[in-house]
Amino acid sequence: MSERAKTIDARGLSCPQPVLLVMDAIKTTSSNELIVLVDTDTSRENVIRAAGSQGWQVKEIETENDEYKIILEK
Amino acid sequence: MKKLNNFLGSRSGIILVGSVIGILAPMLQKLGNPANMGVCVACFERDIAGSLGLHRAAVVQYMRPEIIGFVLGALIAALIFREFRPRAGSAPIVRFVLGAFAMIGALVFLGCPWRALLRLAGGDGNAIAGLIGLAFGIWIGTLFLKKGYNLGRAQKTYTSVGLILPLIMLGFLLLMLIFPQIPGQSKNGVLFYSVKGPGAMHAPLAISLGVGLLIGFLAQKSRFCTMGAIRDLILFRQGYLFSGVVALVVTAFVTNLILGQFNPGFVNQPVAHSMTLWNFAGMVLAGLAFALAGGCPGRQLFMAGEGDGDAAVFVLGMIVGAGFAHNFGLASSPKGIGPHGMAAVIIGLLVCLFIGFTMRKKA
Repeated sequence: MSERAKTIDARGLSCPQPVLLVMDAIKTTSSNELIVLVDTDTSRENVIRAAGSQGWQVKEIETENDEYKIILEK
Repeated sequence: MKKLNNFLGSRSGIILVGSVIGILAPMLQKLGNPANMGVCVACFERDIAGSLGLHRAAVVQYMRPEIIGFVLGALIAALIFREFRPRAGSAPIVRFVLGAFAMIGALVFLGCPWRALLRLAGGDGNAIAGLIGLAFGIWIGTLFLKKGYNLGRAQKTYTSVGLILPLIMLGFLLLMLIFPQIPGQSKNGVLFYSVKGPGAMHAPLAISLGVGLLIGFLAQKSRFCTMGAIRDLILFRQGYLFSGVVALVVTAFVTNLILGQFNPGFVNQPVAHSMTLWNFAGMVLAGLAFALAGGCPGRQLFMAGEGDGDAAVFVLGMIVGAGFAHNFGLASSPKGIGPHGMAAVIIGLLVCLFIGFTMRKKA
């Protein structure tokens, strides 16, 4: 049974915390979707690259007030 | 501009930045910078500490324009690409202490990770012990990261907070223009200048500043980080950043060969000592401190340029750490480690372990 998409709030965290959080979530979630909040371009790029290495793709990126909401899907 | 943006954010971009550093550092040496140093972040911040009189080691005092350029180049890139994000408040005192001990460890080895790579590319075999130590220190850092170590969240803040370190660097540049070096004199106005030793060796100011601005601009956008390169290999088996490190070593090696600057060996290497254990241990301390702080010294300068006030505190910690290193006899010289270098490395490791074990609140 698939669970609801989990939201990971990685705003304000320095490298490599956002990637670590996303990798942990990818390992533990049974959902096909993950939502990641970040507030720097470096974190956005790192999260997308790390997720891609695990077979997850970007479904959508929403930008608001210099922050990014990255919706990832398997 | 968008094409440049996309390119610098790719693997090709990180390889380009590693190559630019690998080519320009040996060329700066040809133009006057110390041998196998090129653009060593730790050494040059140490020279800045000396030029400000924070330590009085007469042979290492010069307001290095490369460092100023790194921060201002990163600021320019961040403004152009709309990545200037003022932020601060993630355990600043811890970042300051990590910066200070990172510098002390680097000065026991005699170089930052960039210089370790440049020393290797120049034929200095002692760099191998340093690089193994660096990787070992970063590996310890990854163990803490896996256990939930983090320094807590930074907050968005005022634009002026993000501009403070770039403005300090601009101030340093102005001081240098107001009080330029007078040949043969060890001081002009408030600034100290070495008349002999590594601090007296430098490329022309405009060239040094130009190279610094170029590297700062490119590296901000490509996220070049030598510590991150090793950390990501260990933690995620990800070689993205590491490709930049490889590019740096290969291009620096070829450039040294072309310029006749490749001198293989372990003894009588420029601004280096051959005490293998302490080359290793110094960089274990530096590597662990960089890993706990989230970036190598170059990366901290670039992040400070894009508005990260916590990275700026790390940079100031490094500059003050250089003051301690020379005032307390912690820094090495070509003769070997300083009288209190061993004690400093042990204390530094204990402090880093204390930070690593105690700051494990889950985000």
